Amino acid sequence: MERKSFLFSFFIHACALLLAVIILAPVLWLFVMSISPAADLTAKPLVWWPQSVDFSRYATLLSSVENSAGAAFVASLTNSILVAGMATIAALALAIPAAWAVSRTPSVGWSLYMVIATYMLPPVALAVPLYFGLAHLGLLNSVFGLALVYLTILAPFTTWLMKSGFDAIPREIEAAAMMDGAGLFATLRIITLPLAAPVMATSALFAFLLAWDEFFYALLFTSDLRAKTLTVAIADLAGGRVSDYGLIATAGVLAALPPVVIGLVMQRALISGLTSGGVKG
Amino acid sequence: MSGTSMTTRAWLLMLPLLAVMIAVIGWPLADTVGLSFTDAKLVGTAGNFVGIDNYVKTLTSSNFQRTLTTTTIFAVISVFAEMVLGVLAALLLNQQFYGRTVLRALMILPWALPTVVNATLWRLIYNPEYGALNAALTQIGMLDAYRSWLGEPGTALASLIIADCWKNFPLVALIALAALQAVPRDITAASLVDGAGPFARFRFVILPYLAGPLIVALVLRTIEAFKVFDIIWVMTRGGPANSTRTLSILVYQEAFSFQRAGSGASLALIVTLLVAVLAAVYAMLVRRTAGSTA
Repeated sequence: MERKSFLFSFFIHACALLLAVIILAPVLWLFVMSISPAADLTAKPLVWWPQSVDFSRYATLLSSVENSAGAAFVASLTNSILVAGMATIAALALAIPAAWAVSRTPSVGWSLYMVIATYMLPPVALAVPLYFGLAHLGLLNSVFGLALVYLTILAPFTTWLMKSGFDAIPREIEAAAMMDGAGLFATLRIITLPLAAPVMATSALFAFLLAWDEFFYALLFTSDLRAKTLTVAIADLAGGRVSDYGLIATAGVLAALPPVVIGLVMQRALISGLTSGGVKG
Repeated sequence: MSGTSMTTRAWLLMLPLLAVMIAVIGWPLADTVGLSFTDAKLVGTAGNFVGIDNYVKTLTSSNFQRTLTTTTIFAVISVFAEMVLGVLAALLLNQQFYGRTVLRALMILPWALPTVVNATLWRLIYNPEYGALNAALTQIGMLDAYRSWLGEPGTALASLIIADCWKNFPLVALIALAALQAVPRDITAASLVDGAGPFARFRFVILPYLAGPLIVALVLRTIEAFKVFDIIWVMTRGGPANSTRTLSILVYQEAFSFQRAGSGASLALIVTLLVAVLAAVYAMLVRRTAGSTA
């Protein structure tokens, strides 16, 4: 390591610059499109940086004037938050007791592995019966129905993460509290759950991001503003006859903002969650 | 507490999760199996029992065989490229240079971008009339006339693979980087003293530390690539001339566009079986690497 020549250092910096350009160029271009006047984006030769910066599309998309592009966007944004939020809370409520039970009682572990194995299932294998089922319950095109379907993805995943979290908490601490006369639920509430709080937070963020990103089920099971999520709204924009590419880019920037912020802030926790889950699984 | 009562308690705590999983996964999967033996339509009649007709028709159809080939090409090339680029980027990020911390943080960007936003972004970049790729390549003189990257069967799949790689190689890089940082410094120092060149050092000192996490990343990515739907649906919907149609797109078309629920179900189960085989290979590989490093 000490023998680094100038040439080697130059080579490393050149490679780093190249990697930075590869990573940043597409993301920056998405942002530049969102603030360029529409004429710049269809000009030949293409204008790479706008003469006058134009943030008006953000105002357009976030306005709530009835029947505008904004109203549709805000509705799908609300639906995405509702669906992802409800599915995350439900997944954690199911995962925490199950993950704790498996962590402390290894003899029932095989049932957990069956649950985790379902994570490999392609969504197309469940889509038709889920469609019939939701239709039967009157839950097609409903945020509740979609959140329920998202449990197929979120619940196995959070159980998996929570189990490795509980495994890291020594059971002796729980045993000590019980010896002092605390009941099972008091022990869990006072001792175990506070210790597991960081893992719970990571699992919740992962679950939320998974639901935020989901497209296939949302495409199948929602049809209008009552339940359409952001991913479907953006795919509609991209596939439709929108003449202003900047507006599509703006919707993309807004949809990417929450996960990007979470990703940048939580990077360390996300990576350790991914690697530990991956290796132990 | 005795063993049996602990087991009973564990089952009680798992009951809500298991009940929901049976309702939203177990029952639909069983129902898909049942449907796959019928000629049921998405709306209307429940369909008649037709035995293994759907499976025979699917497996012998040229549509299925072509789609399987397309899916395999997509999965193999994109995952291979993601692994190679990811490891190279991780080796780079493990060196010392100005701005290393910032660049490491930026690597999370493509991963954090929602898949649909990534697909939309690249669709705009590849736009045949106003896209940035055409503009950039013409302005530096590498292209004479604008091309329809996603509109020509010859370039559509390659363009999709590039967009998929851009989103996924940074995650492989971050996983590999985490593994690289676990390589003890004195081991690399000792290999230097022993006169190991850079390639020998990578092969015999660094690679053993990378192997475990990389195999996990490799097979999880392969399974995901095999199931791919979102990026293709948004960018090409399987076109042009079905040149980018993958298995999941084919199931969607069969079951929902053509409303043939029965044959769609049989197709979906064939895909599931293929993924299960991949998953079994995964379990085997992980066990083998765990055994060799332990």
